[in-house]
Amino acid sequence: MSATENEEDSHGSLVINNKKLLMWLFLGSDCMFFGTLISTHLIYRKLYPESYDPLLVFDLELTSFSTFILLMSSFLMALAVSAMHKGELKSFRRNTIGVIFFGLIFLACQVYEFAHFTNEGLTLSTNTFGSTFYMMTGTHGVHVAIGVFWLLCLYFYSYSGKMDAHESAVDVEVAGLYWHFVDIVWIIIFTAVYLIEYIPGLH
Amino acid sequence: MSHTETEILTPSTTLAPEKHVLEPERSQLGFMRPDHSRSVIMDWLTTVDHKKIGIMYGAIALFFLLVGGVEALIIRTQLAIPENDLISAQRYNQLFTMHGTTMIFLAIMPLNAAFFNFLVPLQIGARDVAFPRINSFSLWAFVAGAIVINFGWVLQALQVMGLFEASGPTAGMTDLAPAMGWFGYAPLTGTNFTGAGTDFWIMGLQILGIASLSAAMNFVVTIVNMRAPGMKMMRMPVFTWMTLVVSLLIVFAFPAITIALGQLMFDRCFGTNFFVVAGGGQPILWQHLFWIFGHPEVYILVLPAMGIISEILPVFSKKPLFGYSIVVFSGAVIGFLGFAVWSHHMFTTGLGKVATAAFSLLTMAIAVPTGVKIFNWVGTLWGGRVRFSAPMIFSLGFVWMFMMGGFSGIMHSSAPADAQQQDSYFVIAHFHYVAIGGIFLAVVAGIYFWLPKMIGKMWKGNLSTWVAIFSTVGLNVTFFPMHFLGLLGMPRRTHTYLEGFGWETYNLVCTIGAYILAFGIFLLVVDIIRCFRKGEPAGNDPWDARTLEWATSSPPKVYNFAKTPIIPARDALWEDKYGPENRKVTYMDDHGHGIHMPSQSWMPFIAALGFIPVGLGMSLMQAGIPYMGYVAIFGLLVIGFGIALWAIEGPGGYHMHPEADAA
Repeated sequence: MSATENEEDSHGSLVINNKKLLMWLFLGSDCMFFGTLISTHLIYRKLYPESYDPLLVFDLELTSFSTFILLMSSFLMALAVSAMHKGELKSFRRNTIGVIFFGLIFLACQVYEFAHFTNEGLTLSTNTFGSTFYMMTGTHGVHVAIGVFWLLCLYFYSYSGKMDAHESAVDVEVAGLYWHFVDIVWIIIFTAVYLIEYIPGLH
Repeated sequence: MSHTETEILTPSTTLAPEKHVLEPERSQLGFMRPDHSRSVIMDWLTTVDHKKIGIMYGAIALFFLLVGGVEALIIRTQLAIPENDLISAQRYNQLFTMHGTTMIFLAIMPLNAAFFNFLVPLQIGARDVAFPRINSFSLWAFVAGAIVINFGWVLQALQVMGLFEASGPTAGMTDLAPAMGWFGYAPLTGTNFTGAGTDFWIMGLQILGIASLSAAMNFVVTIVNMRAPGMKMMRMPVFTWMTLVVSLLIVFAFPAITIALGQLMFDRCFGTNFFVVAGGGQPILWQHLFWIFGHPEVYILVLPAMGIISEILPVFSKKPLFGYSIVVFSGAVIGFLGFAVWSHHMFTTGLGKVATAAFSLLTMAIAVPTGVKIFNWVGTLWGGRVRFSAPMIFSLGFVWMFMMGGFSGIMHSSAPADAQQQDSYFVIAHFHYVAIGGIFLAVVAGIYFWLPKMIGKMWKGNLSTWVAIFSTVGLNVTFFPMHFLGLLGMPRRTHTYLEGFGWETYNLVCTIGAYILAFGIFLLVVDIIRCFRKGEPAGNDPWDARTLEWATSSPPKVYNFAKTPIIPARDALWEDKYGPENRKVTYMDDHGHGIHMPSQSWMPFIAALGFIPVGLGMSLMQAGIPYMGYVAIFGLLVIGFGIALWAIEGPGGYHMHPEADAA
């Protein structure tokens, strides 16, 4: 076997960037995190259908609005990644600040929702619905908050003059992967926790 | 490093060849990077070298192996005679809980991690792991978790001396070290049953989980991306393959326990109802979540041992591993099936006929790939020129003893039989045959095989034979009678027992065996110390081995390979030594660029240290000590601060130009 053939092998092993592969692994792991949380919620919901009626507190308009906002933030995130690939710093900043802003709106909606639910008498310790609901959506909220903080760091870093398409595109792309994942998880939570309650005669 | 020259790599430019400086470089923060430190302690605390990290994992794990061993000896001494009152029932509960937790999470897993760290980059011809600073973080987070999980003993000691009394949510609880068993079944973990020990256990395991997850992701990336040219997946040594499988198991299995522990922590600290029966919680949920993690964990522990054996047997039989691809495939299948058998720990909980039958069948199915491995190992030995060196003796012991553990495992897989054996000493016998006869013997074989590579010194004398005799005899004398004890109905986790059940003789024999085993481990420690102090230089390849790590010097240089090797075949070093001309290892020309080395860093160490105030703060808050919530928040800030500085300081790095000697 000649040396040239072997060198081709080495290129074969570097098909995906290290940082990106690490993020994909983390997201695979995170799937299991949310899988555990969501299934805990659904199991208890099925086990105690009569214990609590979430429609008493759910506000589908508000949650739909915040879901839409989060979806749109993903769109802006994709634009930010694409801008960084082209090295367009201004466009990157504009889109990133948009993602941050939308992320904050989502978090504000969640804070409002939690406060509203608590006022209505649903707390962590009211029943299993309260426990699973707050822990699951809270974990998701923490993910969003970490994402917002991360993007803020990238945003300010972009003023340091050290960011360019060659060095930083992959960093932004990794942050983007994380953001899209958090978005997708919310779509699942929105469906399996909120929308499903509106199916007539489910319980 | 006398024959090497080091050059500074400034962060923005690529290389400044005119500089020949050994001074630390400033990071992007303006701090001095701790490279080339003359202080030994500073060097080890900030190291990002996978070999040093591996050695530290190994040393700490051996320490905890001895701690867990002492705990086991106290347990066995208590059980030597009926109605013994050496220790109280509560102390007994704490000892078996911490014995299990220590051995699994603080001894075997980090021992495996020590081998992963030291060997994998060498075996695939890489310079280091993919993320050296994350590797350092994993090590120190593991240390932080170990401290937190054992801190309960300190509090317990203070309580015994009358210096501390728990107040707050766990007021009146006297167990301040964990005392609910290593799998922490609900509802025993509730605040109305157990004290702050459970909180130490929760926080400690949570931190250890973070350490394992970050290490596992690092190793997957390393193995997928950092292989030398020509090191195709099916040319990788089996140990590296098993590391990949185990790392993937960790990535996908640990989240279940992380969430379960989080839910339990919320139950205890913030009044949720996940496992609180009075609030509608289902204790069975804990069992499911725990074993969805817990059964893959069993393979996380044993697959590296199988990898070690698959490396050693070919070397000492002078034959390639029989059926390499089927051994690799079997390992992957074991890992995959490991996710589908968790409920065999729960046959007696009433899962229903269909579920029980399905999990029973799947469990039996695991015997197939395991049996395939055993036969391939036997096939490797068959017709080989077998040398009975120390690593080989322990490996042969592994094959036999592990098989014994496997046989009783197959007995449990049958649900009706399991209903009889559940929670009896029969189960103890089974998993100690697998853990000691399997994993421990394999790890000792690995130590005898690779320590000369790690420290560059060869074993002196043949104390190893006595280690093998005492540990194998000891483990059989301890655990074989436990099969009978179990079938005679002795339940596990009993503090003491009455006379007249026919258990007295067996228990006494078990205790004697435990001391024989302990003496064997004592001899092992003596032998390791002797090797350090009096060992002769080992040379690069003392065993006439087959894989790439033996091509480096002993101990390997900080940069591993002076030039990147190009791998023409499986068993690269063997082919290089004895193979045809076209299978010799060649080396890439670096065109004078040298080797890029990562800079050392304080940040992973600082970030990981933050876990200690988080863990202790949350737990001590439960024990009623004021202001501990703030300590936990302070810890979180330290972690965030460390990670932020870690990101800002940048990877740094410098170039080394070794003479092409080590190759």
